[in-house]
Amino acid sequence: MGSITLEHVKKSFGANDIIPDASLEITDGSFVVFVGPSGCGKTTLLRLIAGLEDVTGGKILIDGVDVTGVPPAKRGLSMVFQSYALYPHMSVRGNIAFGLKMAGVPKAEIDKKVEHAAGILNLTPYLERKPRELSGGQRQRVAIGRAIVREPKAFLFDEPLSNLDAALRVQMRLEVTHLQRELATTAVYVTHDQVEAMTMADKIVVLNAGRIEQYGSPLELYEHPVNQFVAGFIGSPKMNFIAGAAAKEAGAATIGIRPEHISVTRDGQGWEGTVNVAEHLGSDTFLYVDVPGIGMLTARGAGELGIHSKNKVRLLAEPQHIHRFDEAGRTIRA
Amino acid sequence: MARQTTPVRYAVGTGAAWLVGFIIFFPILWMILTSFKTEVDAFATPPQFLFFHWTTENYGVVQGRSDYVLHAINSVITAGGSTVIAMLIAIPAAWAMAFAPSKRTKDTLLWMLSTKMMPPVGVLVPIYLIYRDFDLLDTRLGLVIVLCLGNLPIVIWMLFTYFKEIPKDILEAARMDGATILKELVFVLAPMAVPGIASTLLLNVILAWNEAFWTLNLSSSAAAPLTTFIASYSSPEGLFWAKLSAASTMAIAPILILGWFSQKQLVRGLTFGAVK
Amino acid sequence: MATQQTRTLGRILIAPAVSLLFVWMIVPLAMTVYFSLQNYNLLSPDEQSFAGFDNFVYFLTDPSFIASLLNTLVLVGSVLAITIVLGIFVALLMNLPILGRNFVRLMVIAPFFIMPTVSALVWKNLLMHPVSGLFAWIATSLGLQPIDWFTDDPMLAIILIVSWQWLPFATLILLTALQSLDEEQKEAAEMDGAGPVSTFFYITLPHLARPITVVILIETIFLLTVFAEIFVTTGGGPGEQTTNIAFLIYSEALIQYDVGGASAGGLVAVVIANILAFFLVRIVGRNLEA
Repeated sequence: MGSITLEHVKKSFGANDIIPDASLEITDGSFVVFVGPSGCGKTTLLRLIAGLEDVTGGKILIDGVDVTGVPPAKRGLSMVFQSYALYPHMSVRGNIAFGLKMAGVPKAEIDKKVEHAAGILNLTPYLERKPRELSGGQRQRVAIGRAIVREPKAFLFDEPLSNLDAALRVQMRLEVTHLQRELATTAVYVTHDQVEAMTMADKIVVLNAGRIEQYGSPLELYEHPVNQFVAGFIGSPKMNFIAGAAAKEAGAATIGIRPEHISVTRDGQGWEGTVNVAEHLGSDTFLYVDVPGIGMLTARGAGELGIHSKNKVRLLAEPQHIHRFDEAGRTIRA
Repeated sequence: MARQTTPVRYAVGTGAAWLVGFIIFFPILWMILTSFKTEVDAFATPPQFLFFHWTTENYGVVQGRSDYVLHAINSVITAGGSTVIAMLIAIPAAWAMAFAPSKRTKDTLLWMLSTKMMPPVGVLVPIYLIYRDFDLLDTRLGLVIVLCLGNLPIVIWMLFTYFKEIPKDILEAARMDGATILKELVFVLAPMAVPGIASTLLLNVILAWNEAFWTLNLSSSAAAPLTTFIASYSSPEGLFWAKLSAASTMAIAPILILGWFSQKQLVRGLTFGAVK
Repeated sequence: MATQQTRTLGRILIAPAVSLLFVWMIVPLAMTVYFSLQNYNLLSPDEQSFAGFDNFVYFLTDPSFIASLLNTLVLVGSVLAITIVLGIFVALLMNLPILGRNFVRLMVIAPFFIMPTVSALVWKNLLMHPVSGLFAWIATSLGLQPIDWFTDDPMLAIILIVSWQWLPFATLILLTALQSLDEEQKEAAEMDGAGPVSTFFYITLPHLARPITVVILIETIFLLTVFAEIFVTTGGGPGEQTTNIAFLIYSEALIQYDVGGASAGGLVAVVIANILAFFLVRIVGRNLEA
């Protein structure tokens, strides 16, 4: 129905190997998120799947069929662009209907499908408007409507929410997730925002400089990151990394502990340090603590702790949550 | 300057701007007024400003002269024809440079622009001689050729910039939506390019209509457009100011109106993108 | 998008434009070069002979040429100065919040869209005529002697006409540039204590430096070949007082029928224009990347 396989896909621009060797199996109906820092190749990978770029090596299969040389128009995929890429001279109806028109679907059926999609996305009152008369969120929905109406084998999303304001982004996140579950269509979603990745994905692909670092469910990535890069990328605020004596004691080159796994007390067990900055969110407190001999640590406490800048605190890393990494940054399994 | 404009500043600014605008526009206004005077009034001292005997007899006389109509038609044919032909040559070229660029595209484009910077007087002699030998002097075809080639660089340049502004991802969206290259061109690219094409057409018709080097040198009577025709009033007999004004007003009226719509294009077309 | 197929297609599509422009450039230019090395007068076309560089020597040492060169410099320089200085002023004025801005724009832009022949004749007859022209009336009303423009100071008359025609161009360009000046920059200057004059000299003017350069280059390229206004009003005279290079070449070619001399002159004009074009193309090229 909509499984996508990448076999040793390689993409180079001239002498530059943007993606050296990527292999991936995306099962039908799953929501897979490509995430990573800027320039890691996630959008490139998406465009290779779409057919908007040609691979330099390797194969791409959709439902077991090799589509490596097939033009995008014939791959049966839909894409939602970061800038929405709506056709400015067509109405909302025209935009959504365009793909069906290209496929030669009869007009009566087009109207039915367009109206159905518009209904799902709350666009029915805007069907005759032009894109320039719509707000950002509405344009976003038109772009999604255009994608779903063709009932593709898979949806491809290229950072679709990054142009929306924060509140709208949260709302659209829920809508997109809900829609995908309803339609049960495979979705490949690119974002640099790891919160989006964690909340929306069935599985996450973490990319770094064109390499797939890890491919697994959000929880797997959180609890069992396969290397230091993934450990530092997933989770906010970032995991604390400690090298030197403390790490050697634990038998590793570097150890990592997430802020939420550090117990904060005024004078209990653990490392002693001075609070540099304290952030009071009401629901949480984030402390940035200078621990002599270790470095700057971030710690999180639930609720309001009543601790302020310049206070002395004791930080205890919960032993069962300490991650250990070797010199190459790989996780040392217990 | 200060964000808040006081009413005083607003009034002074408006007054000054209108005064300056009026002064600049005045010669044209004066000409239009004169076209409605009798020849005697036109030449009278002190000059009559508003309270003269308004008449449209000059327009009647000028339009009645069959050669005026002929010359107006010549202007339309040479300006329109040369621009349309230039567009037909330029649209494919600009499309190719905007959407299928190669390493040499930029240099080709700059070279094309540089041909416009060549002073026409530098090639006056050979063009004149070629035209004489090929019986192209004083022909509309001859003028169309010269005007077309003269404006071609600007037409290509402007179309190129408009095509470049079409966002690439909208074309990619069309491809994802299943459009072949032809359908992409017809259903997505062309409609988005229409405003740019119209603007280019407009500005270049104006430039060709006003062209006053080749038209003056390569035409005299039969194919003379309005530029040459008006030039013949430079050594007149008798009183002629009112008629000159009427003829001139008719010659420039359509262009003034078109020019109003093409201000933005003027900046784009004539500065070759050196000013954004 | 540029696969092999589209690249070949691209070449085919550009071919007509490139070849036409190439022919348009090369053939006449080559002929001009050829003629410049010939003794060729249209009045006695059979007596054509090789002249070597005689034409160039003659042309460049001809007092008429020196005079026309000076006239050209005066014309171009004056028009540049007037259009740019006034252009900045008018652009600043139009950048203010004013009522009916669109209408003012129309009035300011209009002269550029008038045929040069019409402009010239309107100025010569309706405005500058020493007896019945408007300027004469203004002068006598103020108790001054009216100026007989085309007798006493024909060059100034031509300069005024051409400046009037090109002022809208400079104004539009500078206005466009002014409007791209980030409002926040000016506000930052204000916070730093700059008054309106300082803001103009330290913020606005430097921002305008690039567009002014462009205006200078483009206007110069086109002003070098001012022709119609001279043709229609003074015919280059009285004597040679208003003959610029363009008119000189024209008169050599089509009045004196000295093809050889005119061609040599034409090449000189081309060389001068090419130097300017080189700089303009560089600026355009840089912008193309961006």
